[in-house]
Amino acid sequence: MQTLLGDGPRPVADIRSDYLGAMRRKRIYGGILLALFVALMVGGFDLADSRNAGGFWSGLHRIFDFPGEVLGEAAEKIALLPAHLVTYLPALIETINIAAAATLTGALFAILLSLLATRGLAKWPRLIPVFRRVMDIMRAVPEIVIALVLIFVLGGGPVPAMIAIAFHTAGALGKLFSEVNENADIKPVDGLASVGATWSQRMWLGVIPQVSPNYVSYALLRFEINIRASAILGFVGAGGIGYELKNAMSWGQGKYDEAAAIFILLFLSIVLVDQLSSVVRHKLTEGRAA
Amino acid sequence: MSVATLGIMKTEADRRFQKKRRWGFALPAVIVVYLAYIFVSFDMAGVLGRASAENARTLVADSYSYKTHVSRDNRNGAVEIAIEGERKGTYPEGMSPEWVTLGETSVIDLGAGHVVSFGQEIVSYDIPGYGTITARPGRQGAQAEFPPGDLPEWINASKNRVTITTEAGRLTITRNRTEVLRYFTGWELFFFTLDSPFHGKGFAELVGLAFSGDQVVPGQSNISAMWDGFINNAMWRHGEVYWAIFETILMAFLGTFGAAIVALPLGFMAARNFTPLKSVRFAMRRVFDFLRGVDALIWTIVLARAFGPGPLTGALAILLTDTGSFGKMFSEALENVDSKQIEGVQSTGAKPLQRYRFGVIPQITPVLLSQVLYYLESNTRSATIIGAITGGGIGLLLTQAMITQKDWEEVSYYIVLIIMMVMAMDWLSGMLRRRLIKGDDAPAKKAKTPAPKAGPLPV
Repeated sequence: MQTLLGDGPRPVADIRSDYLGAMRRKRIYGGILLALFVALMVGGFDLADSRNAGGFWSGLHRIFDFPGEVLGEAAEKIALLPAHLVTYLPALIETINIAAAATLTGALFAILLSLLATRGLAKWPRLIPVFRRVMDIMRAVPEIVIALVLIFVLGGGPVPAMIAIAFHTAGALGKLFSEVNENADIKPVDGLASVGATWSQRMWLGVIPQVSPNYVSYALLRFEINIRASAILGFVGAGGIGYELKNAMSWGQGKYDEAAAIFILLFLSIVLVDQLSSVVRHKLTEGRAA
Repeated sequence: MSVATLGIMKTEADRRFQKKRRWGFALPAVIVVYLAYIFVSFDMAGVLGRASAENARTLVADSYSYKTHVSRDNRNGAVEIAIEGERKGTYPEGMSPEWVTLGETSVIDLGAGHVVSFGQEIVSYDIPGYGTITARPGRQGAQAEFPPGDLPEWINASKNRVTITTEAGRLTITRNRTEVLRYFTGWELFFFTLDSPFHGKGFAELVGLAFSGDQVVPGQSNISAMWDGFINNAMWRHGEVYWAIFETILMAFLGTFGAAIVALPLGFMAARNFTPLKSVRFAMRRVFDFLRGVDALIWTIVLARAFGPGPLTGALAILLTDTGSFGKMFSEALENVDSKQIEGVQSTGAKPLQRYRFGVIPQITPVLLSQVLYYLESNTRSATIIGAITGGGIGLLLTQAMITQKDWEEVSYYIVLIIMMVMAMDWLSGMLRRRLIKGDDAPAKKAKTPAPKAGPLPV
């Protein structure tokens, strides 16, 4: 008769077994996922190891050889180190300039793109998806692709690196900026529109003052990243400290003291910029909350 | 409100306006001055002057078009047809595209009325609106005869060499060799090379063949034969390229998740609420700073010396750098966990390891995984770049194709693939992140202000 009267309160044992069953299933799925992940990692490292020119285990004991050589040689010629640091300072400044100029120009383009791609602010609302796709593509292009193509056309030097990094930066910052824009208050824009302000005036006076602390914060973060990128691009022939590093390395032994000086400069500048920008960003975000 | 306070407020307001106004002019001025300094210090004017328009033209033209060379050896009369003049694009003896008629006198139709014929002794080129140029290349040189009048600038003639460049193609005549180039739009032999039985067949025909029972290659189904022909295409090496793409993704995957695995225990050691010893925390944080500060470039160089070039080196370089970034982020996330849940687990008599497993990990997993997935996408790009330095993956193929300075169609193919790869990874990581953060719940409300985190963001 129970079926006709409907289920009474289910026995506790039933609930318990259901719960335990669900837990078991969850645990099994979790276990399978974990096993799959471990298999992927192990298999992946094994594959990467087999495709590498030298093996992992055969190279492991040599891992400190090169740093040792560099440090040894640097220690031997420690007296030359300050001179080397001074020699390579201009190259370091070039690398930082590449990063700064690229961040600046990239951010300016990003502001424009992000305003054109934000609902409610866009000048041509129908083109929002177009600008979004454009930013997606710009973001997806690794700097090295553009840098190498431009090196072929423009020749080596800082300009190809700057353009390449700026291109990627415009896409990456554009996306972040448009997220910031979406949270901007629309009232000042409406107010400006009601007194007949043009689109650029509405943006410049109504939106930018609201969002600029966040813009600056993101741009600083990007600057940190771009210093690293600009050093790497130097290595493939785009000038700056990366290029000097490549030269110092390819001379082989005898120039490692110079390589050490470059390592030090690069390391210090990355750490310094990281710390500085982190302090400034903390101030910017906290200053706004207060 | 008294007049005095009003006056004070007014001066205050004026002062603020002044300040704003000063900023409004000073900031753009500083930017302009800095950019002007960059313009001078990077020698932009010089760069523009040195820019090679010729290279740019080759690059653009080559990336969407190709040329077929038809050349005649004037010493033995042999005619050879080769796409891009490459050996792997050479037509087999006796085979020719439909615009070339081989014979005693080979006729090459360049389209739009331009016809070149290679006779036994005589080469002629009919140019509509200009006339016929004939030449008898031999010991005495090119011996070309032109229609009466001054030579137009698109003909470059000397005793031993005549070059005629028209919109339809280019004819070069030298003593020993006559060569015609015809340009086509598209990527040559992209699917099948000339030696494949599927070359030159239309799409519909190929689909028909794929489902038909007649085996074009005996003993192999048509689909698998087509796949073989495509993957082993000697001109484009699709198989190798896709493998390189996979290798790049592998580097990013191993580096990112390896770093996450290493950084998790280290993150505990650097978090205030889990490690009471200040010295350990301090040491851990400096380790993170060091790993991050040294940067992937230097790690790549150092590791390549020990392990040689290859994907493992790239993966380990990413792993080391990101261990620093993850360690820092994880320890910050761990410092923000809710201690109530841990106490709850502890009250059931859980041991420390169980407390971590059931009290902490469930709280931080979504946050950590979403950060890790965010890095996965950006590391795909880093892996491309690191691959170019350390010699693995698509980055290596890209630099190799660049160095030849003529395979620009391959370069553009790789670029398209790289962009597609990064966008696919972006999509994948975004999808997984949304799944993780929202779970099965209704779409969560968008976060108010995406205040930039103080932590490091990926490259």
